[in-house]
Amino acid sequence: MNRFVWPLVAVLALLVFLVMGLRHGDPRALPSPFIGKPAPEFELPTLNNPEVSIGTKTLAGDYALVNVWATWCVMCRAEHPFLLELAANKTIPIYGINWRDSRPEAIRWLNDLGDPYLASAYDEDGRVGIDWGVYGAPETFLVDPEGTVIYKHLGPLDPVIWQREFAPRIAGGGPGQ
Amino acid sequence: MIPEIGQFSLILALSLAIAQTVIPLVGAHRGDAAMMGVARTAATGQFLFVAVAFACLTYAFLADDFSVLYVANHSQLSLPTLYKVSAVWGAHEGSLLLWIFVLAAWTLAVALFSSGLPAAFSARVIGVLGFLSVGFLLFAILTSNPFDRLVPAAVDGGDLNPLLQDPGLAIHPPLLYIGYVGFSVAFAFAIAAMISGELDRKWAKWTRPWTTVAWLFLTLGIALGSWWAYYELGWGGWWFWDAVENASFMPWLIGTALIHSLAVTEKRGLFTSWTLLLAITAFSLSLLGTFLVRSGIIVSVHAFATDPTRGFFILTFLAIVVIGALILYAWRAPALDSDVGFGLLSRETFLLLNNVLLVIATALVLIGTLAPLVVEMASGGKISIGPPWFNVAFLVPMIPLVILLGMGMHTAWRTQNAASWWRVLRIPAIVAVVLGVLIPLFVYGRISLLLVVGCASAAWIVISSLIQPVRSLWRKKGTAGITRSALGMSVAHLGMGLFVLGVTVVSAFGVESDQALSPGESIEVAGFEFHMVGLDNVQGPNFSAIEAEIEVRSDGEFIATIRPQKRQYLVQRSPMTEAGIRAGLDKDLFVALGDQLGNNTWSVRVQYKPLIRFIWLGALVMALGGLIAISDRRYRSKAREKAGDAVDAAEATA
Repeated sequence: MNRFVWPLVAVLALLVFLVMGLRHGDPRALPSPFIGKPAPEFELPTLNNPEVSIGTKTLAGDYALVNVWATWCVMCRAEHPFLLELAANKTIPIYGINWRDSRPEAIRWLNDLGDPYLASAYDEDGRVGIDWGVYGAPETFLVDPEGTVIYKHLGPLDPVIWQREFAPRIAGGGPGQ
Repeated sequence: MIPEIGQFSLILALSLAIAQTVIPLVGAHRGDAAMMGVARTAATGQFLFVAVAFACLTYAFLADDFSVLYVANHSQLSLPTLYKVSAVWGAHEGSLLLWIFVLAAWTLAVALFSSGLPAAFSARVIGVLGFLSVGFLLFAILTSNPFDRLVPAAVDGGDLNPLLQDPGLAIHPPLLYIGYVGFSVAFAFAIAAMISGELDRKWAKWTRPWTTVAWLFLTLGIALGSWWAYYELGWGGWWFWDAVENASFMPWLIGTALIHSLAVTEKRGLFTSWTLLLAITAFSLSLLGTFLVRSGIIVSVHAFATDPTRGFFILTFLAIVVIGALILYAWRAPALDSDVGFGLLSRETFLLLNNVLLVIATALVLIGTLAPLVVEMASGGKISIGPPWFNVAFLVPMIPLVILLGMGMHTAWRTQNAASWWRVLRIPAIVAVVLGVLIPLFVYGRISLLLVVGCASAAWIVISSLIQPVRSLWRKKGTAGITRSALGMSVAHLGMGLFVLGVTVVSAFGVESDQALSPGESIEVAGFEFHMVGLDNVQGPNFSAIEAEIEVRSDGEFIATIRPQKRQYLVQRSPMTEAGIRAGLDKDLFVALGDQLGNNTWSVRVQYKPLIRFIWLGALVMALGGLIAISDRRYRSKAREKAGDAVDAAEATA
């Protein structure tokens, strides 16, 4: 095969990939190595007050959502109203991990759009993100009272995903369950 | 009635586009002059009918014809007239019509200005452009008809997205499309040359001015979009690595590589197969961008239409165009091996490095843009890997690129004597490094390695672009000693230098601060005192707003009054931040109103942005460089073709 065929091969691969992207419909279950395991240990300063820190212990005792977000992330903006709704209905405690972001921007974002989080950890350099296996934002982890990660969702949360994936996993709780 | 005329015109334009494709291509194959002659007529006719369709849609907006679904969704009675016009391309259907209109206009331009080309060649070029028109006209008519009726008609419209109600954004899409779509001409020239097999230096020479025009409009369009994002989104940033921004940036990067590699192909007859591939890639990336934006496959602040049918259509069209082009390429390119050599230290080497680095940069942007898609397919959610990744990754090819740029400009074709090369460059290099240390240290009072690299590269590019023009001014007391092409190159590179300086300084020394402020209070940011005099209610044509009056002082001396607004648009009920900016060449002072915290207290975002204007000024100067380059007399008329060739020969041997 002559070397001038390679661009064609590369483009064919890209096209197959794009077709798959377009056809891709139902989200599949995510085989995350973290599901069923204790939530990775962390200890981070909170967003609002660098003196105060939160960590794995803060989560213990109740079902909790850990939501990875950033101000540069467009889809975080999209899921934000739904997080506010969850918070307003006191559905579940929500903790944020503000990931690879700038503190003033993140504080401004919460002031502008509303703050659904009991507290947000400030993960400036993304170290905790690595421990938690974060690919990008937004991602949401569901942690049970024993501190075990029982579900992970990539991308923005919405009521449909909540009803299908999260609510059934929360024993004795969740709207409509 | 008018919308039906528009719809009918589109269908007529489609049939003419089919004629424009089939008849000239067959004619060129058979050597039939009459059939080739159809190319110009059909292209002109196609343009006229597309123009009629475009005028009909514009008329529907101006006449507030809310019986047209697209108008009802994107306009409103009290919308100012300027925005009624710009609303034509404010959403998917209309912007697609704009795309088609721009393509038809480029085709017409090629038809009008290609009389100096061999008949068969220009017939093929117009035929290929006709094929592209067929694809997009079919796309509009089958999936995205802007003339669909709404029965019963709406009483009033849903209004244009307030973000788009801005003079900058009114002209951003046309400029961007002229650039984006303009690469179709380079593409068509490449395909025509490959069909005929006449891949000599003439082909590169014909393609060059068209590519430069497309590139300069794309430069302006991207710069305008960045400027708009800066003042309208209220975030104060100027580039977000959003999927749609990337969609226009990737063709720009490849287009820039193409301009440089065309220079080599024209002057030296080298890199021909590589140049062809770049011409194909630049336009393919324009198509890919269209696909990404309009299929909903990637989430973006610009999210256009999220309709998989449309996605499939564009993807199919993209596949046909690109696969067709690359099969042709795989067939023709092997014959293009050139035996002309060049020395290790030669302009060819530097242009080759330029191309490699620009292609790497494009690949990085492409990976970053598509990475969320990979994750989505693996998991089902839409995520963004965001600016932190891009900002770091993009620097890797960019730093060597700007350093090599200054060297390449002063290197001769074929081979360069190292000693004389060093004599020209040593003083600029030393001055650049000294300035790279002095600018951050003494003007801004802080220094770091990245700052020195940034400022020194900026100074390096600026100085080395000025050497040649200044010398010819000095010696000849005029521009006679330098060709327009060379002057254009110097000016465009100067623009690049200004851009690098702006980016470096604003990223390092920009200050952003969010604070609470009430009338009578002052805050201090970056040594400036911002004093809120008062708050006022202001009424716009289709919005009401709260306007703050903020006086800025430095050391007690009055500098400016800034009036940021928080607007509430009446129909879409969305609050919009209209930032107040005191713009200056040395710095911008930027105030945006955030949220109302208390009765009269507002959160305000105050920013100090030194040299941020250099970012857009740099882009403007780059575009100006392109303009100067195409005014070179070699390109101006066929009558001077011979004289131009003589100049080429003289330059090639110089």
